[in-house]
Amino acid sequence: MSGEIITGKKTVMTPFNVIAGMVVLMGLIITAIRFTKGLGAATNLSDYNPWGIWIGFDLLVGVALAAGGYVTSAAVYIFGMKKYHFAVRPAVLTGFLGYLFVVVALHYDLGRPWRLAYPFIVGWGTTSLLFEVGLCVALYLTVLFLEFSPAPLEWLGFKKTRYLAVRLTMVLTIFGVVLSTLHQSSLGALFLIAPSKLHPLWYSPYLPVFFFVSSIIAGLSMVMFEGMLSHRAFHDKMDEEHLSESDSLTLGFGKAASLVLAGYFTIKIIGVAAGNHWNLLTTPYGIWFLVEMIGFIALPCFLYAVGVRDKNLMLIRFTAAWTVLGIVINRLNISVIAFNWHLPASDRYFPHWMEIGISVFIVMLIILFYRFIVTRMPILYEHPDYKGEEQ
Amino acid sequence: MGISRRKFLGWIGAAGISASIGKPAGASSISQFSGFPDSKGVLHDITRCVGCRSCEDSCNKINELPEPDTLFSDQTVLAKNRRTTTKAFTVVNQYISKNASEKPVFRKIQCNHCLEPACASACFVRAFTKTPNGPVTYDPDVCVGCRYCMIACPFDIPAYEYDEPLTPRVVKCTMCAPRIEAGEIPGCVSVCPTEALTFGKRKNLLSIARERIRNNPDRYIDHVYGEYEMGGTSWLYLSGVPFHEIGMREDLGIKSGPELTSGALSIVPMIVGLWPVLLTGIYGMTKRKEKNAFIEQEGAVAAAVERANHESIKKIAAAIEKERLGKKKAMEAAEKEKEKGIK
Amino acid sequence: MNETFYTLHHFLLHTESVTYLIMLLSLLGLFGFWFFLTARDDDQ
Repeated sequence: MSGEIITGKKTVMTPFNVIAGMVVLMGLIITAIRFTKGLGAATNLSDYNPWGIWIGFDLLVGVALAAGGYVTSAAVYIFGMKKYHFAVRPAVLTGFLGYLFVVVALHYDLGRPWRLAYPFIVGWGTTSLLFEVGLCVALYLTVLFLEFSPAPLEWLGFKKTRYLAVRLTMVLTIFGVVLSTLHQSSLGALFLIAPSKLHPLWYSPYLPVFFFVSSIIAGLSMVMFEGMLSHRAFHDKMDEEHLSESDSLTLGFGKAASLVLAGYFTIKIIGVAAGNHWNLLTTPYGIWFLVEMIGFIALPCFLYAVGVRDKNLMLIRFTAAWTVLGIVINRLNISVIAFNWHLPASDRYFPHWMEIGISVFIVMLIILFYRFIVTRMPILYEHPDYKGEEQ
Repeated sequence: MGISRRKFLGWIGAAGISASIGKPAGASSISQFSGFPDSKGVLHDITRCVGCRSCEDSCNKINELPEPDTLFSDQTVLAKNRRTTTKAFTVVNQYISKNASEKPVFRKIQCNHCLEPACASACFVRAFTKTPNGPVTYDPDVCVGCRYCMIACPFDIPAYEYDEPLTPRVVKCTMCAPRIEAGEIPGCVSVCPTEALTFGKRKNLLSIARERIRNNPDRYIDHVYGEYEMGGTSWLYLSGVPFHEIGMREDLGIKSGPELTSGALSIVPMIVGLWPVLLTGIYGMTKRKEKNAFIEQEGAVAAAVERANHESIKKIAAAIEKERLGKKKAMEAAEKEKEKGIK
Repeated sequence: MNETFYTLHHFLLHTESVTYLIMLLSLLGLFGFWFFLTARDDDQ
């Protein structure tokens, strides 16, 4: 699998390819260990800590950072920001790959992954928020696949099928926003059932709202962050429109992200007020909470605003990366760092190197698939046959 | 709230559709679920426990669990802070009081068989069932291994077979459900030499517990642990020392797992129902705005054209007028000339 | 339909299952309704 991706162009042995090859090799070895020896051999999971970074990072962070797909397509098709149309395809592609590999990563974490479809076939455990998440992720993955399908269909030259897929754009976008609202918020609602385990500063009845609102921030920031990386790596693949409009997108999305961050900051404060947890802010966990609140919500909100006012694209792009880091920290806080905070240090969880290895492996696979697709299909440019067509 | 609800039901009744709603009103309010009638439970009187570990031994044999690491007669493990594992459905821990003169306290730990189990509420394949008899049972044949039940359990009871690559299961006490089904009592209760464990109907156990507290107010803390904790549990506890001193959390609250999540769940269908309406509305407004902008633009162009036309017509008219006047003048001049010539 | 619910969990299991079915039907119905509603739009 890896060889097929790495080979192709003139120089195969670029530094990136060598690192990618090593990561993939490591990933395959850990995969073999995980599936032959069990979860115990590859993870530090315990009876006290049933969820580690394969849930905290691969699932929670993965889904949040894949929000760019629904955010961008909603902005363009529903809110009518047509000048950002060029950004829809790369955003939908990352969304699709993000969700696809969330599902792949889930196979590592589940005890019996071959039963992944049991909730819908055997169980119907409808009282579980995980059922809601599973159903929505399954449906949304399908929606993303359909939303993305025009690109491979153009690549392969199936004009009629492509026409059908394009006609669905509007209704698929609405479906995508509905499903994303539901499962982004439900991922937060997963923790509502454990008020005695999650630190009170992070536990709140508003958790679903926090997760949904922060997914919009993650989506906006991720589109800008990816745009920056893509410009470095695939500049030659971009068409005139992509190159000329991406600065305007950075300004527009930066402004939107600043606004949503301001709202997010407000509701997070209200969360503390609603629980009357002010006194906890001076404890060590409270300091860490303030680091998240000030360093990764208030600060990027301000930096985005300054960047937009000064038209400082470099600052906005840096802030996008910083905000993405903030989302990672937030999701890990809720699932790992502030979870089981009441337990003594000896019963706490720290990831096994193989767990980190698989997470890196999954991220690498996403990058490799992205590169494979972007270098072949009309993602960063419009296919000449369909140029100027309204979607 | 009660009045408005009764009113509401009244309106429905007046409309003559109450029959079609189905369920009797008694089953439609959260506060009215009181659990299965005659459901069984166990009362653990911690003041009577001597830490002999015979319950652990009996549990191990009846449930055919793997050999323990040390013999059940080994009393040294009591001092370790142990929890339930894949090898032990139940463990007994020793708690030394800070006050050295007091005797150590022993507490048995196992699944509390909640009346509204958080594990069952969290399970997306319905692997957990609250049976009418009282036990919360687990079905490994449908379990996917997501371990959300372990996240949800406020008592940290379920354990997982992490070292099993193909058939890992969640492991927890079954309250000897098959034995109860057959009219027997759970294994641990049956061997307890000091009657620290009492099996019976939960409501009877509650009166026994209250009676013990009433008769020996100095011996007991005035609280039956499990009566309301997390919506109530089938296992109930009496203690002579505050519960938090013997590792039992007193900050769990009385809300059950299903209550904690039902609010978020109830929002889901509202979003499904209304988001498409809202989004389509926004889309419609966007389109209308675009169309208006287009029409306005068109209108502006037409007006400009018309204005331009109007001006040119004026010019032409003026030119024609000018010419006409010019001609007239010339004719008049010619006429005058003529007249002059005639004179 | 006439069983009595003794626990909130069983009650929610029932109502949520019904709700999910309604949600699936409504989402499918949305497609048809959308086409019915907009079929005679002249500005498409």
